[in-house]
Amino acid sequence: MPKVHDRGGWPNDDPIDPDEHEMEEWERQVDALNGVLGDKGLKNTDQLRRAIESLDLKTYETLAYYEKWTAAMEMLLVEQGVMTKEEIDAKFDELKQAKL
Amino acid sequence: MASDQAAKFKIGDQVRIRVGVPPTHFRTPEYIQGKQGRIDTLWGAYPNPESLAYGGDGLPAQPLYQVEFAQTDLWRDYKGAANDKLLIDVYENWLENI
Repeated sequence: MPKVHDRGGWPNDDPIDPDEHEMEEWERQVDALNGVLGDKGLKNTDQLRRAIESLDLKTYETLAYYEKWTAAMEMLLVEQGVMTKEEIDAKFDELKQAKL
Repeated sequence: MASDQAAKFKIGDQVRIRVGVPPTHFRTPEYIQGKQGRIDTLWGAYPNPESLAYGGDGLPAQPLYQVEFAQTDLWRDYKGAANDKLLIDVYENWLENI
């Protein structure tokens, strides 16, 4: 069975929604962060692809496009020792609390 | 074009795509693996994405070709025109002589 992204010819009758849509602010931020990490040499396109491909099928199918990028960037930063998962989770909790 | 690897194939050569689904990053979709195609274009040599994906330097650069396939060779019960083609970029390390 090929990896989750390698899906040419997978049978699927789901309709495709071709409508244009505006990017949301958080999506622009993810895109910008991706550019910054690239400029700083902390990731390249091939690494990002590799990280996205490593998501399990259920996660891959559940996450939106830029959520997959976010998961991949987190994976690459942790892998290179730039941040720890605990640090990222702690910041997430802090932001979540602040919003309540 | 980086000159550290001379292209092994020339335009018009028939090639077969290597079969393999390594547990690592690769750029050659499963649906063309094992299929026979024809070299249509040589784009040049580029750092190997299968090395770059793990933080490697991608060297030696891999020749990158555009390979042409008959759609009827790729898909069972293909319903499009009989002369429909697929053009797809494939790195040399995925190509075998016929």
